[in-house]
Order: sequence, then structure tokens, then C-alpha cells
Amino acid sequence: MRETKGVSVSVSSAIERAVRVETKREPLPPRERLQQVFEIEDLSADYGSNPALKDVSMEVYKNLVTAVIGPSGCGKSTFIRCLNRMNDLVPGFRQTGTIRYHGQDIAAKDVDPVAVRRTIGMVFQRPNPFPKSIQDNVAWGLKVLGMKDNLPERVERALTQAALWDEVKDRLKVSALSLSGGQQQRLCIARAIAVEPDVVLMDEPASALDPIATQAIEQLLHELKSEYSFVIVTHNMQQAARVADMTAFFSISRGDEGERWGELIEYDATEKLFTAPSDKRTEDYVTGRFG
Amino acid sequence: MSAADLGMLQRPNDRLRRRRAVNRGMELLAWLAAAIAVAILGIVVWSVAKRGAGELNLDLLTKPPVPFAIGPVQQGLANAFAGSLVIVGLATAMALPVGILVAIYVNEFAPRPIRLGVGLTLDVLNGIPSIVIGIFVFGLLVVGHGQKGWVGAFALAVLMLPLAARSMIEVLALVPGSLREASLALGVPRWRTTLGIVLPQTVGGVVTGTVLAVARVAGETAPLLFTSSIVGNQTSWNPGHALQSIPVAIFELSEQPDPADHARAWAAAFVLLLFTLFASLSARWLATRSRRKIGRAGR
Repeated sequence: MRETKGVSVSVSSAIERAVRVETKREPLPPRERLQQVFEIEDLSADYGSNPALKDVSMEVYKNLVTAVIGPSGCGKSTFIRCLNRMNDLVPGFRQTGTIRYHGQDIAAKDVDPVAVRRTIGMVFQRPNPFPKSIQDNVAWGLKVLGMKDNLPERVERALTQAALWDEVKDRLKVSALSLSGGQQQRLCIARAIAVEPDVVLMDEPASALDPIATQAIEQLLHELKSEYSFVIVTHNMQQAARVADMTAFFSISRGDEGERWGELIEYDATEKLFTAPSDKRTEDYVTGRFG
Repeated sequence: MSAADLGMLQRPNDRLRRRRAVNRGMELLAWLAAAIAVAILGIVVWSVAKRGAGELNLDLLTKPPVPFAIGPVQQGLANAFAGSLVIVGLATAMALPVGILVAIYVNEFAPRPIRLGVGLTLDVLNGIPSIVIGIFVFGLLVVGHGQKGWVGAFALAVLMLPLAARSMIEVLALVPGSLREASLALGVPRWRTTLGIVLPQTVGGVVTGTVLAVARVAGETAPLLFTSSIVGNQTSWNPGHALQSIPVAIFELSEQPDPADHARAWAAAFVLLLFTLFASLSARWLATRSRRKIGRAGR
């Protein structure tokens, strides 16, 4: 990693306490110079008659970590699951708007969700390894997707990238369920990156983990973002401040008849969003006055 | 709590005493009901064992019956045991694959309305009396063609299908959705996910459901009376002919005037009972084991 000037964040004492993180972050180039991965326009989603998201428009950039933060029920998970069509599996789910992935609208009817998920991987909130051996967890996707050449090397590479190789190299045939929660989650990350996706979506990947395991996963994001683009949902603001280059703040809006839905309030460079938010609601949230 | 309430705790009044009596009475009734259920099983097992166990010997299992036997001839029911094995085995081979496929379709692929519709259909099918299934298969396959072992197996398969499908649906529902999501998120198609991730989790459940269904239909008599009951005394393994079976043999022997025949009927009943008990208990054991395994996977 290139040596860069550490940026310490400080504005109000409240923010400082929330975000006292020394991040070795390279300054972001201007947004025009960043390559877009996703261009999301007027994305709305609902489950049956319950609206979940309304009119979200934002871009996600290549080789960055993009965090999505916000209070419970603000549609963060719904949003991220739209990006690889995981919501197709939910009965009653509907969405409108466009999600262009490298220019192609992946929300369109004629797009095969299996192909979408093939290049846009996902890691879930709770570690969900297959009840197979550690090796087979990583190798299974590779086998099914026809990436059978150099299988052992691919497995080793993915486990190394997920910072798990040293811990498991002597027991690859052991059941993945014997691993600790943090190890299981890193195994899930290894499984997701083994099939060489372009983007990895993470839905609160550390919320079920202890601080040490969380740190290991955050470290991973720093190291892997040169190869992948990450979108990470988190309810942990410090985590967003530590790992993300860009941060989107979602909040809950209420209609006249008591209906609630999630909305994108502000989207900006993480540093800017945490230190000089332009919306009052963002400021209230990041300073801990709300949520 | 006020002082008055505390006093009530120490000096039970009439109302409290009455409540306690009602409580005790109800508890006793519930206990009695449970005891009756257990006792009925106990009485059935004991009475069948008392009359049948003495007659049970190797000859019964290996020798065919000898009609109009004069003198001490070793009589057996080998034809019935062999026939039951063939018929129930064939029935399982017919019903199990269909039941599993129905369950996979219903649980993994079908939209909600179809899922509910098929579920209801299975329940209705399960509720149809076995004699109705018997006469239906009789009209469909026996009239004009004669009785055959495989036709009896088909009738039993119709009875097994809803049992097999229902239990498989339950097992599939136990497989955590997070495993399916994990596989689908890799870009793996639905059918590969089902084959590679979901089904391996259900092996224990499939065995359990099968054992229960087998135990249930092994004693079915009515459908076999129509489809596979006009038989000789030779032991045959050929499902192309009508085959004797344990339940039909019990029924026929119990109609005979000879007390020796009655004794053999009891012995056959005892074998059937042992088989059912063994199957139910092992199914229970397998189910607990596989449920624990699936539970671990989902966490």
C-alpha cells in the first residue's frame, strides 16, 4: 500500500468521538474521473403494498468501498439486494427505475438474474457457509460455474485473499461449520471472491461478529478494493468511516397516511459526509442525535 | 403488593381452595387420557405378542403353507412374507421418486397459489380411504387383466405418495433459506442449488419419511384384496403374478376354521407389529438426528 498522509477527522467533539479513526485513505480523485460501476436512477421498491424505497439515484464507483448507512428500516438491505437481483426471490417484491451496470440495465425483464449474480457477488449478514468442507465451500461455486482449471490454486488464492489461508490450510477437509463465526464469514468472503466477481455486495457483514473478527474483515476490504468494487451496508457508523471511500446515508420518510419508506438523503465522499454533511438529517444521524 | 394480599397468601380462602381442587382434577383427567393412549398401545402389543410370539419360528418365515395337511407338517407363511417384500418394495420404488419430485417442485419452484393447491391435494389424497383406492385400481388395472403383484404395489404407491411428498416438503422447509441465497448469490442456477446444496441436507429426512410411509402401507389390506389376493401357496417373487402378502394372509387365515391357522395369523400379525414398531422408532431416531444436523447448518 502506498504511504499517504493520514487524514484525521475532527469537527465537533461528538463527531470526533463517533469517528475517531486514523484512516490511511488516499484522497479521492474528482468524481468525473472515477469509473462508474452502477448508475442508479429513480429506484423505487416495494414489498406487496408496503413501500421500501423511493426514488434512489446515485452512482457506485469502481475500486472503491461504498458504504450505505442509516437507521433500521431505511431500506439499506433492500437497496443492496436490488443490485444483484436477490430480491427477485422475495414473493411480492416489485421495483421500478433503472440500475445500469456498466451501462446495461440489469433491472430489465429480459436480463437473466443468474448472470447478474455471477458478476455481482454477495456476502450476507450472518455467515452462511455450506455444510461442506472448507475446501468445498470455496470450490463448489468454481466447479458449478466451470472454473475447474487450477482448482486447488484458485481455492488457495481466494482463502489467502480472505486472510483465512494460514488458519485453515492444514484442515481444508474439515467441515466449515467447525470454524468460528469470524472465520466462517471470511470463508463466505473467500467463496464470493473465488468466482472472480466484479462487484462484491456486503449486507452488514460484521454485525454478527466480535470486534477482532470485524477488524479482520475491514482490513480485507482495504486490501481487496484494488481488485473489486465493494458496496457495504452497515448500521455501524464508525465502520463506514473506517472502510468506505463514499458513503450514502439513507433515512426513513413518512407519508400522510403513516406509511414509511427509505430514501437516499445524502451521498458523498465519506469524509465530507461525516465532517461536513450538507443535510441536517445526515448531521443529526452522524452526530448521534437520531437513530 | 399490599399487606392484605400478603395475608391471603398465608390463609387460603375458599375460592383459592376450590381453584386448587379444579386444577388438580383437570390435571388428573389429562394424565388419565395420556395413560389410556399408552395403555392401548401396551394392550395391543401384549395381546398380539401373547398369542403370536409362541408361534413365531424360522419355519413360519421360510416354509410355504401346505393346504389340507394331514399330520404334523411344518407350515409357514413364506409366500406372504416374500410377497409383502416385493409389493411394498415396488410400491416404494414407484411412490418415492414421484413424492420427492412433487416436494421439490412445491417447495423450491412453485408460486404460492400452486404450493397451497398441491398441499391441499396431497391432504385430500391422504384422506381417501384405502378401500376406495383399492377399488379404483381394481377398475383401472385389474378388470380384464387379472390380479398382479405390481398392480397391488401400484395401489399401495397411491397411498404412499401423499405421505412421502408431505414428509419431504417438511424436510425441505427445514433447510435454511440462507443456504439457498448463498448459492444463488454465486450465480449458481436454481436447479444446481437444489441438487447441490438443498437436497444433500435432506437425506436423513427422506429416509425417515420413507420408513414411516413403508410402515404405514405394509399393513394395508383393502387395496391388496382387490389387486393381489387370489394366490397359490408357492413362494413367488414375480410381481407379474398375484402375490400373497402378510395383511391378506392374516385376514384369510383368521377366516379359516382350523385353530392352527388362527395361531399362524397371530404370528404373522406379531411380525407385522414388530416391523411397524421398529420402523417407527428408527424413523423417530433418524428424524431427530437429521433435524439436528440441518439445524447446525442453518444456525
